[in-house]
Amino acid sequence: MKNLGSVFAAYMIGWAVFFLFSVSIARRTRTLREEIERLNARLKDLVKQGK
Amino acid sequence: MTRIAVAALTVCALIGISTYAAFYVAPTEQTMGLVQRIFYLHAPCGMTALFAFFVSFIGCIGYLLKRESKWDWLAVASAETGIAFCTVVLLTGPIWAHPAWGVWWAWDARLTSTLVLWLLYISYLVLRNMVEDPNRRAQICAFYGIFAFLDVPLVYGSIWWWRTQHPQPVVFTSGGLDPTMRKVFYLSWFALMCLMALLICQRYQLEKTREEVEVLKREVENA
Repeated sequence: MKNLGSVFAAYMIGWAVFFLFSVSIARRTRTLREEIERLNARLKDLVKQGK
Repeated sequence: MTRIAVAALTVCALIGISTYAAFYVAPTEQTMGLVQRIFYLHAPCGMTALFAFFVSFIGCIGYLLKRESKWDWLAVASAETGIAFCTVVLLTGPIWAHPAWGVWWAWDARLTSTLVLWLLYISYLVLRNMVEDPNRRAQICAFYGIFAFLDVPLVYGSIWWWRTQHPQPVVFTSGGLDPTMRKVFYLSWFALMCLMALLICQRYQLEKTREEVEVLKREVENA
């Protein structure tokens, strides 16, 4: 079982990088979706004010 | 359940199966022993990273030919995904190298060109944040993306063209790799290619959403 720690570390680091990358994409997407909702609400307000 | 959730679950299952195969199906290599099992993550990750950078290169050329934003989105999505895979290669390599070679890092052609490749694509992302105008940004980054891709053949060919500490190719040559090891390698590569496709799709959607935000901002300004 020599070097089991190295193998375990390599796989853990590998999957952690992919996990963090996918979480980062999900977070950035969520922020942009919130921005879209905010902008849509602002646009509706501006259209109402224009009428 | 959404299509993306089904795809994510399928990719997770594939990764689980390939990791199981890497630990329990593939035979233990006689010289290096257990640590050689890093090969089933390290080598397919390297090949997947190069493929992702190739997709980015296609995106750059597509943008310069068609001037459509979708090609720029593809270029950045695959460049960022390629960086994730390249990061895994650069982190798992030293973990394998230390017990196998006795050193964490060697400045040989393969390792150095891979590090340069990672730095080139990090610079690509930095460059994207430096240019405000979307069309100008896409154009400059397309030219830079083509330049950055020039390092990919160098990384791939380095072990043939120069004497390196890195082992000679064993996958695409006859012999050299046990048949079971080869099958497990291809399974791992397939799982990582599916993961790459999923991540590129997700990252592409992010760019599409960013474009929607830009359009809405302009509408609000004009209203």
